[in-house]
Amino acid sequence: MSLIEIKDLKVHYPIRTGFWNRITDSVRAVDGITFNIEAGETYGLVGESGSGKSTTGKSVVGLEKVTSGSIMYKGVDITKKANRTKLDYNQDVQMIFQDSLSSLNPRKRIEDIIAEPLRNFEHLSKDDEKLRVLQLLDIVGLDADALYKYPHQFSGGQRQRIGVARAVATNPKLIIADEPVSALDLSVQAQVLNFMKKIQREFGISYLFISHDLGVVRHMCNNIAIMNRGRLVEIGTREDIYNHPLHIYTKRLLAAIPETNVNQRAAHRASRLAVEKIYQEQQSKYYDENGEAFPLIQVSPTHAVALPENIAKQLASQEGEVQA
Amino acid sequence: METASNFLNIKDVSTAFKINGQFYDAISHINLQVHHDEILAIVGESGCGKSTLATTIMGLHDPAETKISGEIDFEGTNLLNLDDDGYNDFRGAKIGMIFQDPLSALNPLKRIEDQISEVMDYHTSLSKEEKHERVLQLLDEVGIVNPKRTAHQFPHELSGGMRQRVIIAIAIACKPDLIIADEPTTALDVTIQAQILDVLRDIQKENHAGIILITHDLGVVAETADRVAVMYAGQIVEEGTAEQVFNTPEHPYTRSLLRSMPQRDNENDDLYVIKGNVPSLQKMPSTGDRFAPRIPWVPASAHEENPSMHEVAPGHEVRCTCYKEFSFPDEKGSVTV
Repeated sequence: MSLIEIKDLKVHYPIRTGFWNRITDSVRAVDGITFNIEAGETYGLVGESGSGKSTTGKSVVGLEKVTSGSIMYKGVDITKKANRTKLDYNQDVQMIFQDSLSSLNPRKRIEDIIAEPLRNFEHLSKDDEKLRVLQLLDIVGLDADALYKYPHQFSGGQRQRIGVARAVATNPKLIIADEPVSALDLSVQAQVLNFMKKIQREFGISYLFISHDLGVVRHMCNNIAIMNRGRLVEIGTREDIYNHPLHIYTKRLLAAIPETNVNQRAAHRASRLAVEKIYQEQQSKYYDENGEAFPLIQVSPTHAVALPENIAKQLASQEGEVQA
Repeated sequence: METASNFLNIKDVSTAFKINGQFYDAISHINLQVHHDEILAIVGESGCGKSTLATTIMGLHDPAETKISGEIDFEGTNLLNLDDDGYNDFRGAKIGMIFQDPLSALNPLKRIEDQISEVMDYHTSLSKEEKHERVLQLLDEVGIVNPKRTAHQFPHELSGGMRQRVIIAIAIACKPDLIIADEPTTALDVTIQAQILDVLRDIQKENHAGIILITHDLGVVAETADRVAVMYAGQIVEEGTAEQVFNTPEHPYTRSLLRSMPQRDNENDDLYVIKGNVPSLQKMPSTGDRFAPRIPWVPASAHEENPSMHEVAPGHEVRCTCYKEFSFPDEKGSVTV
C-alpha cells in the first residue's frame, strides 16, 4: 500500500461578486488530481507558477481546506481534521518552506524553534529535549553553539538546514518540501540537497518535492508529476519524463531548461523554438475545448499522459514505449 | 584586449562600504572591458559583489557611505568624475538598466506608456506623437503581442514576464550603448526566462549594444553569454569566452561551481559541496588567495601571496597560480568537469 493516496483532489477558491457577495464562480487552483506517494521515495511535483503545486502541497499537510476528493493515509481520509488528530498525522507529516527566514520565528532561539514540534507531540523532560535538539543539529551539520542564536545570525543555507532539522524532529514519515532550494546559491543548494538525501537514507522518509527547477527534480526524484493549470498532464518515472516526454507541456518545460553545454547552444535554442511553435499552434490537440488538460491515460505501467487515448497511444509507440 | 570596439573600460575599480565608521572593500581592483555587440556575463554567488559592480557603473551609491576608486572609462568619459547632473546624461540615455524584480521597478500608479515615455522626456526632444509611436514600436520589439492595449494598462494588470518585457523596453528606449541586466530572469518561470533571454539577445544584435548580464545561474550564462567573468569575494577569479570558461574551466572556484550543479550523470550521487563559507566583508583577508580556505587540501605553496591574473589562453585569464596544482580530493591527476 502506498504511504499517501491522493484521489481526485480538488481545491477551489470562491469568487464573490455583486451586492450580496454571492459566490459567482471559483478559481480551480487544483482540479482533480490523483497520485500516490510510496514510502521512502521522493515524489516530484513540477509546474510553473500558478499551476497549483503549492496548493496541492498545503492540502496534503492539512493547511488548505479541500473542496472535494480524498487523501488517504493508513486507509483513512485525512482531509477531515478529526482523522488527522486521531492518526497523529500532524506528527507524521511535516513541511519545509521555501523562504527560510520568514518560516522561522525571528524572536525565538534555535533551541526553541527546533524543540517546538517536540513540545507539541513528545513531552520530553528538559534534559532529554535538549539532547534531542543537539542530535538534530548534528544531523544537519550545525554546532552546539547554534542553540542560543537567533535565525538572523545564520546564512541562508544554515537557516534552511534549521528548517530541515525542525521538520525531522518528530520522526515524520513524509516531508512536504515546497521549493526548498530555490532561494539558495548553487553551492548551498548542493549542501541542502545532500542533507535531504542523507536524512532520507537514514530515516526512510518520503518527500513530496515541489519545484519548478527540473534540473534539481531530476537529481532528487524517482517519480515525477507535471502539473499545469490545476491538473496533472503527465506522470512517470524520471526515465519516462526526461527521456520520453509525451505531453507538449512537459516537452516545453524540458526544452526551456538552460543547458551548460555551450557547444550545443544553437541546436538547443532551435529545438526549444520548435517545441514552442508546436505548443502555440497545436493547443487544440493537447487541451480540450475549454483549454483544460484531458484525463490521464496510462501508456505504460509507470507512465501516464493527459491526452485523448488514440493520440497518447500513437505518441507512445513513436517513442518506442511498451504498451500497457 | 584593447580593441576599437571597447567602449566601456573598467580599470582597477574598488568600491568600499562604510560599516561602523570603517570602509570595507565590497569589490576590489576590478578590471573589465565591454565591447559592442557582446553579452558579458558576470557570475557569482550572492555576496560576491556582482550587483555592487553594476550599481558602481550606474553611479547609484551614496558618496558619503561609499568610497570608490579607479576609473570607469565610458566612450572617453570617466564616469567616476561626473557629478549627479553629469551622470543623468548617461543614465537612461546611454546606459540602460534592467532590474531583477519588475514589479518593484515599475510605478504602480502610472500607465505603461507613461513609464516608457518618461525616459524619452528627459533624454530626447521627440514630440508627443513621435513618443507614442516609439512606445508602440518598443513594446512590439520586446515581443508584446498587443502593444496598443498594453500601453494603456497598469503594471498590476500584466504577468511577470510581460512586466519584465516592459522594463526592457524602458531600458532600450533611448538606444543605449550599454545595458546592465541585473538578474533579469531570476523571478521568472523557466519558459518565460527562455523568452526574455531571446529578447535580450535580439535587442543586443539590433542595437549593437553591449550587455552586462549579471546572474548566479550558470545555465543562463552558458545559453546567452559571449564572454564570462566569474567573481568570488569581490574579485574576478576567471575571465574568458563562454567556450573557454565552460569547456576548460581553470580556477578551482569555477570548477567547484560547475561540479556542484545537478547534472544528468550525477543523479544518484551526492552533489559536490564547497567547504566553508564566503568570508564576510569585515573578515576579508587583505593578502593571499581568498578561495584558499575553501580548498584546504591544496598546499599553501601553490597559492600566490598577492594573486594576480594569469593568461592561460588568448583572452582566458585566471587568478592565482593554484589552478595548476588543483584537483578535487576524490580525483587523481587530470580533471574533467
